[in-house]
Amino acid sequence: MHTTKALAEANRLMTVCNSCRYCEGLCAVFPAMEMRRSFADGDLNYLANLCHSCGGCYIDCQFTAPHEFDVNVPRTLAIVRSESYAAHVWPQAMSGVFRRNGLVISLLTAATISAFFIGMMLVHSSGGMFRAYADADGSFYALMPHNVMAGVFTAVSAVAALAMVLSIRNFWRAAGTSLPIAMAPADIWQAIRDAATMRYLEGGGQGCYEDEAVGTDNRRFYHHLTFYGFMLCFASTSVATSYHYLLGMEAPYPWYDLPVVLGTIGGIGLLIGPVGLLLAKKKRDPMVQDDSFRGMEVGFIVMLFLTSLTGLALMLMRETAAMGVLLALHLGIVAALFLTMPYGKFMHGLYRFTALVRYSAERRLHM
Amino acid sequence: MEEQRQDYDVLVIGGGNAALCAAIAARSAGASVLVLEAATKFYRGGNTRHTRNMRCAHDRATETLSGPYTEEEFWDDLLRVTGGETNEDLARHMIHQSKAMLGWIAKQGVRFQPSLGGTLSLGRTNSFFLGGGRSMLNALYKTAGGLGVDVLYEAEVVELEIEDGFFCSATYMHNGERRNVGARSLVAAAGGFESNIEWLKEGWGEIADNFLIRGTSNNRGTVLRMLLDNGVDRIGDPTQCHAVAIDARAPKFDGGIITRLDCVVFGIVVNKLSQRFYDEGEDIWPKRYAIWGRLVAAQPDQIAYIIFDSPSLRRFMPSLYPPIEASTIEELAGKLGLDPAALARTVGDFNAAVQPGTFNDAILDDCRTEGLTPPKSHWAQKIETVPFYAYPVRPGITFTYMGVRVNKQARMIMADGRPAANMFAAGEIMAGNVLGRGYAAGIGMTVGSVFGKISGEGAAGNAHN
Repeated sequence: MHTTKALAEANRLMTVCNSCRYCEGLCAVFPAMEMRRSFADGDLNYLANLCHSCGGCYIDCQFTAPHEFDVNVPRTLAIVRSESYAAHVWPQAMSGVFRRNGLVISLLTAATISAFFIGMMLVHSSGGMFRAYADADGSFYALMPHNVMAGVFTAVSAVAALAMVLSIRNFWRAAGTSLPIAMAPADIWQAIRDAATMRYLEGGGQGCYEDEAVGTDNRRFYHHLTFYGFMLCFASTSVATSYHYLLGMEAPYPWYDLPVVLGTIGGIGLLIGPVGLLLAKKKRDPMVQDDSFRGMEVGFIVMLFLTSLTGLALMLMRETAAMGVLLALHLGIVAALFLTMPYGKFMHGLYRFTALVRYSAERRLHM
Repeated sequence: MEEQRQDYDVLVIGGGNAALCAAIAARSAGASVLVLEAATKFYRGGNTRHTRNMRCAHDRATETLSGPYTEEEFWDDLLRVTGGETNEDLARHMIHQSKAMLGWIAKQGVRFQPSLGGTLSLGRTNSFFLGGGRSMLNALYKTAGGLGVDVLYEAEVVELEIEDGFFCSATYMHNGERRNVGARSLVAAAGGFESNIEWLKEGWGEIADNFLIRGTSNNRGTVLRMLLDNGVDRIGDPTQCHAVAIDARAPKFDGGIITRLDCVVFGIVVNKLSQRFYDEGEDIWPKRYAIWGRLVAAQPDQIAYIIFDSPSLRRFMPSLYPPIEASTIEELAGKLGLDPAALARTVGDFNAAVQPGTFNDAILDDCRTEGLTPPKSHWAQKIETVPFYAYPVRPGITFTYMGVRVNKQARMIMADGRPAANMFAAGEIMAGNVLGRGYAAGIGMTVGSVFGKISGEGAAGNAHN
């Protein structure tokens, strides 16, 4: 009836939880559950992506192990959630990539770095690659012309974006199996607010669970650093692109100009945030976590960290002889990050956002 | 070998809501406090783990309560559900104190939410714990720990040294050792005896073997028995207990809320002989659900079956186990181990007696039977639409009423009528003082919190004198 063991277990748990409902004040998962009497795979994948893994329901539940009902919603939904990325991915041939994500990301990153390195080596002599360029010489554009760089990354982004859009469409359709809704613009606005504040990481107000008696909010803090760091870096690139094509202002920019300021602040967030998230993961109770997709989780966090690290290093050392190597590293890592986005942990943000949109619509129409 | 003994101002036996309120109140009043909880850390808190709300009087609506609930209205409700089997003085005192309890318990870290889905009728009177009873316990334990209350788990009290109504010390087992601890005052908050099947048999006979216990397996009444044996006055009688009909497939202990069934009013209930035995539509379900445990206990083998058909499947809150399903009544009987012809006859007779009416499960509607014994007075609809469903049910014991007598200070009263010198009681172990029979949602927690706080304060004051 259910396609995986985790989905069958999630179905069992939702039957338990729907008979109890003590947790309905904690987050969005339980009110969404209450709108249903039976749970198809699409429903369970949707509920799993609504779950922010705060762990609140696990410490509040009277039926967790050693109780014979053995209820563990956060862990089960974590497995279902990870599996849901594979289940809805476009193209389906890529579904196996999620389980071997760490390996795939590592290999691809090595390949892309090598490609940039070899590419630049072929165009320039090794002397050109290992010497310093002043900003006045155009810095990294001396090694790789702007249009080439923009062209490569536009192509990479377009491929990634297409895969992400089609994956989300699969997820959205499957989530509607048993409760039809019509989405309204207000739902998107509501989801933006819920996602921007990570409202449902609160566990009903006490913060995400790290120690049985003490709720802390550190994961949310580090996630905010990571997410907003990423967005600032994205903004930095967008502004720089506008400068280039609209205003004809070419990089590099002085330290006080918008692209550099945004990129630096974002980059610092993207250094501290991922480290904090990795440490928080180690500190959390293993009972509420799932280990089977660790490669995917760690892989994504490490890629974000490396993107920022190499980016900041490139900015600081762009007039030294190390620039050529750093440029190949940075571009290789960014290219690998973008290429693996539809096939890794990055999708959690999009699926969760989609689930939040759906939840807003369900509340509006069915509660 | 007995370990070196450390004495406390206040010893609290038990680890649920009442015990923790007592411990927090006593510690806040400056007393040193030890809590001895027989259960493991996971199972700490006894039946509080399975609770979800508390009934407190309040004069106006709050963020989580939809309207006022006056002391007078609370008293009327208590009088009605107990049929007068309550101590008015004590009950009114508790109700008055309950008003301040909402604020006090929130100050201890307990968080509230609006009433849960499926419990709309309680939205005005009852305050629901965010995350349920275990969440409430987690908050109380955290607060108690922060205040410096000592808590020992897996520490079952096996002996009380009491001299003429004066508590001296308690002996408990911990890590396989016998240990002794002295205290200036005792708060007994160790629950009832519903998990002690042998004790239940004293009142019920052998049929108690077929009872399921909805809550903790730790409520064996050992502390209650020791107190009664030491001359504390008894209140209530051993056959009284809160019993509802729960899914017969539930575990022997600790099935909690999710094994309850709210579908009696939508069908018929038959015993193992396929005979109906009580009016399923006598009154609205919240007023009748607590009689069905006793009714099923009186049937052969203490088992019964709720039979209904497909239009009713979604009219009640879902429960843990799926209903047993069949496409004919005979097939259903076969799956239940009943005589197919007998069940078909009972359903047929019932269907033939159903009068036309307008079904409405929100009121006492006009759908009833004519010429049937026993009748079904409301919500009687023919059982005729496939698939047919059944739930097997057994008596599920929620709690017991027999306990120790106390006064308004939660001080135990000895059999000769004198107040005990330094012994207090709170929670289920003394609930019978205000709740001689019957029940209304959330009152158990009110008894626990209010008398817990009173007893803790009293015990601390006692220790200082």
